[in-house]
Amino acid sequence: MQETNSDLKPKILVKDLNFYYGAFHALKNVNLSVVDRHVTAFIGPSGCGKSTLLRTFNRMHELYPRQKATGEILINGENALDPKEDVNRLRARVGMVFQKPTPFPMSIHDNIAFGVKLYENLSKSEMNDRIEWALHKAALWKEVKDKLKQNGNSLSGGQQQRLCIARAIAVRPEVLLLDEPTSALDPISTAQVEELIHELKKDYTIAIVTHNMQQAGRVSDFTAFMYIGELIEYNKTDKIFTNPDQSLTEQYITGHFG
Amino acid sequence: MQRHFDQEFSGLKDQILKMGDYVQESVDMAMKGLTERNLQHFSRVHELEILVNQSHIEVDEACLKVLARQSPLATSLRLVFSIVKINADLERMGDQAVNIAYNGQHYLAAPPIKPLIDLPKMGEEVKLMVRESLEAFFNADIELAKKVLIYDDVVDELKDKIFKELCQMMKQDPSIVEPALNLILIARNLERLGDHATNIAEEAIFDASGQDVRHGSAKP
Amino acid sequence: MNLKYLRRKIANGMALVLSLLAMGFGLFWLGWILYTLFSRALPAIHSTVFTQMTPPPGAQGGLLNAIVGSLMLTTIATLIGTPIGILAGTYLSEIGESNGLSKVVRFINSILLSAPSVVIGFFVYALFVARVGHFSGWAGAFALSVILIPVVVNSTETMLKLVPTSLREAAAALGAPQWKVIIFVAYRAARSGILTGILLAVARISGETAPLLFTALNNQFWSSDLSKPMANLPVVIFQFAMSPYEDWQSLAWAGAFLITMSVLMFNILARLFLRGGNARN
Repeated sequence: MQETNSDLKPKILVKDLNFYYGAFHALKNVNLSVVDRHVTAFIGPSGCGKSTLLRTFNRMHELYPRQKATGEILINGENALDPKEDVNRLRARVGMVFQKPTPFPMSIHDNIAFGVKLYENLSKSEMNDRIEWALHKAALWKEVKDKLKQNGNSLSGGQQQRLCIARAIAVRPEVLLLDEPTSALDPISTAQVEELIHELKKDYTIAIVTHNMQQAGRVSDFTAFMYIGELIEYNKTDKIFTNPDQSLTEQYITGHFG
Repeated sequence: MQRHFDQEFSGLKDQILKMGDYVQESVDMAMKGLTERNLQHFSRVHELEILVNQSHIEVDEACLKVLARQSPLATSLRLVFSIVKINADLERMGDQAVNIAYNGQHYLAAPPIKPLIDLPKMGEEVKLMVRESLEAFFNADIELAKKVLIYDDVVDELKDKIFKELCQMMKQDPSIVEPALNLILIARNLERLGDHATNIAEEAIFDASGQDVRHGSAKP
Repeated sequence: MNLKYLRRKIANGMALVLSLLAMGFGLFWLGWILYTLFSRALPAIHSTVFTQMTPPPGAQGGLLNAIVGSLMLTTIATLIGTPIGILAGTYLSEIGESNGLSKVVRFINSILLSAPSVVIGFFVYALFVARVGHFSGWAGAFALSVILIPVVVNSTETMLKLVPTSLREAAAALGAPQWKVIIFVAYRAARSGILTGILLAVARISGETAPLLFTALNNQFWSSDLSKPMANLPVVIFQFAMSPYEDWQSLAWAGAFLITMSVLMFNILARLFLRGGNARN
C-alpha cells in the first residue's frame, strides 16, 4: 500500500511563478511540483489563484493580452513559458477540461476527431479506433456507442463532461488539467467523474482545481492549499486532511475560515 | 457503481483479517507452549504481538484517513466506526495472548500440578470465536455471530469450572498455590479473550441488522 | 386587505392596461395597412403580373422585368455585402474585441446602421453614377450592399458574442489555432444566429426605394444588363403609385403586395432558423 519515494517523479515543476492580471499581482512566487501519474488537487477560497495557476500550465492566459506570467514551469524539464516553446505543441501534451461541459456544436464523433485532426492524419478506421479508445477511457463508450453521429449537446451534463474528458484524452496528452470539472454536475455524475479520475491517474498526471474539499480528499494524492495568490501548504493529501502543518490550512479545511 | 471507497475498505478488511490470524496464532502458540512445556512457542507470541501492534497503528491511521478523505456516510460510516472498535479489541486480544505466555512461563518454572484438559479446550473455543466473529462481521452473518455469543457462555462455564477445581486443589495442598494461581490467571486471560471476540460478534450484529445487542440490551 | 398591497395591485393593473393599449395601437395600424394592401392588391394579381413587362400607360402589362431586376439587385447586394459583413463582425467579436480600431469601426457601423437610406443612395450616386454618367444595376446593387453590410456586421458580432468563451477556450486548449477556433467552433455555434441576421438584412434591403432611385433607377423594358439602368419593384411602385393611371396604380399595389410577402417570408424563415438552432443547442 505504501509507495516508495522513487515512484514520485515530478512531472511539472513550478519555479518562482508570478502572475499578473494587468497590474494585479495574482500569483506570488509559487514553487511546487506536480507528481507524475498522481492526482494533485488545488484548493483554496475563491480568488486565491488556483485556477490561474492551472491555466498557466497550458498557457491559456495567453488568450488574453493583459495577463502575464513570469518564472518557469518545467514540464519534463522544458520550460512551458518559454516563448520559443510552441503553444499548440504544449497544449497537445497538456489537456484541459473546464468547469462547464463544453461540447462543440457538432457530433460526438466530430467532437473527439476535432482535436486529433489538429495533430495527426489518421485514416477513417484509425480515427474510429481512436475515438472508441478515448470514449472507453472516459467510461462513456457504452452509453454513446450507438449515437456517435448525434450532436454532443444532446448528451446529459455528466456525459458531456466525460465527452470533454474523452476529447482531451484522444489527443494523447501527458498531463490533464481539470478546472472544477464537477461543479456543474449532479452528485451521481460527479461520482462517475471522480471514479474516472482514479482510473486516469494510472496513465496521466492530473492536476485538479476544486471548490469541494471532500472531492479533493477523495480523488487526490497531493493537495496544494492556496490563499491570496500564495501557496500556503503543499503535502500529501493524507497529511493535509488529517494533520496540516499550517493553521491557515486547518482553518480552511475545517470551515473555520475568516 | 464501484467506488474508490470500496477499494480502500477492502484494504482495511484484509488488514483486520490478517490481525485476526495473528491473534489466533498467538493464542495457539501460547497454549501450545503451556501444554507442550516449550518456551520457544512463547517467544513466537512476543513476535506476533509486535506484528499485532503494528497492524493496530496502521489500521487506526487508515481509518482516520478514510474518515478524513472519503467522508463516508450511512453503512460505510458504520463499517469504519465498527472497524475502529474491532481494531482495539484485536489489539487487546494480542496483549491477552502475551499475558498467557507470561503466566505460562511462570507456571512452567514448577513441575506440573495436573494434566491440562479444560484450559486447552478453552483455548480452542477462543480461537474459533476469534475466527468466526470476524467472519460474521465481514459476511454480515447474524446467525454465526449469535453462535459466537453462545460459545462465550461455554468459555465462561469452563472458566468457572477451572476456578472451582483449582480452589479445591489449593485448599488440599497449599504448596501448589503459586502454579495453580498461574493457571487461574490463564483461564482468566482466555475468558477475557472470549469477551473481546464477543464484542466483535456484537459489532457484527449491530452492523448487519442495526440492532444493538451490547450490554444485554437485546440478548438473543 | 392591506392598503399597500391594494396600491400595488392597482399600479400593476394600470401598467398592464397601458401596455396592452400601446400594443393595440401598433397592431391597429399594422392591421389597417395589411387590410388595405390585401383588398387593393388581390384583385390586381393576375398571371400577367409575372409574365409581362411593365406596360406604358393604358396598355396591359405586368411586373416581370421589375421582379427579376429586384431579385438580381438583392442577390448581388447580398453576395457583396454578406462576406464583408461577416468578416467585419468576426473581427469585432473575435480578434479586435476591444482595441482602438474596433471601437472606431463599431462606432462608424452604428452610424451607418441608422443612416437614412436616401443618404446612402445619394452617396453612391455621387461616387458612381455621376462619374460613369448613367444609372446602372451595379450602382443599385452596391447601394443596397452598403445598407446591408452594417446590419450583418452588427448581427454577426452579436451572435458571435453569444458563443460562450468557454467553448473557444476549450478549442484553444486542444491546441487549435485561432482561425480554426473561429471557423469550426465559433461559426458553428453561432451559425443559426448569423444566418438569421443575414435573412433580416435581406428583408431590409428588399423594400428599399430611395437608394435605388438614385442608382438603378428604372427600366421600362427587359434588361438583365447590370451596367444599364434596371427595373426593380420599389422604384416601379414609387412611379406607378404616383401616376394618374389606374392600371399603373393597381400594378403598384400588386408590387407592394409581393414585397410585403417576401419580407414576411424572410422573417418567418429567420424565425425558423433561430428556433431550429436553439432546439439543437
